[in-house]
Amino acid sequence: MRKWKIISPLAALALWQVLASAGVLGRGTPSPVQVVKGLYTLIATGLPPGYHLQGHLIASLGRVFTGFAIAVVIAIPVGVLMGYANVFKAVMDPLVEIVRPVPPLAWLPLAVVWFGIGLGSAAFIIFLGAFFPVVLNTISGVKSVDPHLVEAARTLGARDRTILARVMVPGALPSIFTGLRIGMGIAWMTLIAAELVGVKNGYGLGYMIMAARDFARNDLLVAGIVVIGLVGFLVDWLIRLAERRLLRWR
Amino acid sequence: MEMNAGNGPALSLRGLSKTFTEQKTGNALEVLDGIDLDIEAGTLTCIVGPSGCGKTTLLRLIGGLEMPTRGEVLFEGAPVEGPGPERGMVFQEYALFPWRTVLKNVSFGLEIEGMPRDEARRKADGYLETVGLTGHYELYPRELSGGMKQRVAIARTLAVEPRILLMDEPFASLDAQTRNSMQEFLVDLWQRTGTTVVFVTHSVDEAVFLGQDIIGLSRRPAEVVSRFKNPLGYPRSRTDAGFIALRARILEYLTEEMSE
Repeated sequence: MRKWKIISPLAALALWQVLASAGVLGRGTPSPVQVVKGLYTLIATGLPPGYHLQGHLIASLGRVFTGFAIAVVIAIPVGVLMGYANVFKAVMDPLVEIVRPVPPLAWLPLAVVWFGIGLGSAAFIIFLGAFFPVVLNTISGVKSVDPHLVEAARTLGARDRTILARVMVPGALPSIFTGLRIGMGIAWMTLIAAELVGVKNGYGLGYMIMAARDFARNDLLVAGIVVIGLVGFLVDWLIRLAERRLLRWR
Repeated sequence: MEMNAGNGPALSLRGLSKTFTEQKTGNALEVLDGIDLDIEAGTLTCIVGPSGCGKTTLLRLIGGLEMPTRGEVLFEGAPVEGPGPERGMVFQEYALFPWRTVLKNVSFGLEIEGMPRDEARRKADGYLETVGLTGHYELYPRELSGGMKQRVAIARTLAVEPRILLMDEPFASLDAQTRNSMQEFLVDLWQRTGTTVVFVTHSVDEAVFLGQDIIGLSRRPAEVVSRFKNPLGYPRSRTDAGFIALRARILEYLTEEMSE
């Protein structure tokens, strides 16, 4: 079945090339070949010139991983406690439900006031984007743990802390991974949007495609979009790889 | 018997009653009503009764997973206040940790006691041998048959060296043949280890095959309605005249109790 999967992307690519070559798409739309050439320009010359793709990648990934890592480190313990202790859930739930509906980008102006333009403000809104999916999925994962497992652990001598660490966390892990994947997706989306509007100069993939627009280089613009998509796909693939390794027992 | 000779029964239930309150309606559901029962150390006792009569609740009270509404559970003379490794439980649903291998399931209780990894592994090895499961150490629970799962669960419980083994219909979801061989295995295990066993079942046949004592409970709210001494030695044969007679007697007695 594997080989069937490449048919639709290849067909779309071929159609795109044909339409672009025939001039149907208009002057502003580059063909796939032009996009590949643009990709080379991004690596070799950089955009703006001197700002190479590698630098944009490192900057964007650095922001995402900083915000995402902080979100995960806080969200998993909070989620485990909220799923396990009803009192803690009752205390935390209103706060979570009030902050959660605010789109992370709405915090951007305030984040800039707090952290200035740079890693701090970007990481902060990425944190907000990734935190809630991880918390909510951790809670539902903990709630889905078979109560018999908790009872079995208790009769084997386990106390609350052991049950949290050795029953709840591993039991909730499949659901936690779902949260990580959703959270990473939102983090990536949030980052690019933040770089589109918030970063005035320097490095970042979002900034790079805005620069492509300013230079009226649509080949570089589409090449940038392709890079953003590929990186997002790759990061998700890495999480799935970790998931498969850690959840072999399923 | 030598385990606490002269100190009275291993387990005493005194006027044990349990009432559950339904959260939605507030209705009270009386499950156990004044159970008095002594169980001697080293014996194999079966508790039978109609489904839904409260057998499982009784066992959970002994295990400390539920607290009595009235009365008390005394284990070796001390009141039970919660679950503990000295009272091992085996569940019908196996309750194996699906993310742990066979070996790591068995070593769970040892690890949380703080036993060094190597020692826990060696000990778990030994208990897997005891239950007749060698060479499956690295499998995950989903890869095991029902009978094997229950053997792992029993090994996991034995590993923390409980002084009483509480078994809640452990073989009920196994197919008939596996169930029979697990019953033989349990008798053999009990004879080798000398652990006190309390075994809950809805099958009179199973109770007669296993138990030295067979306790009959009534319908809910459950009381002890009868106590049978099983005169048969081990191993037992289901086709033996004595076996058939005792089974018939218990069935008859229970049917009578239920229809009242």
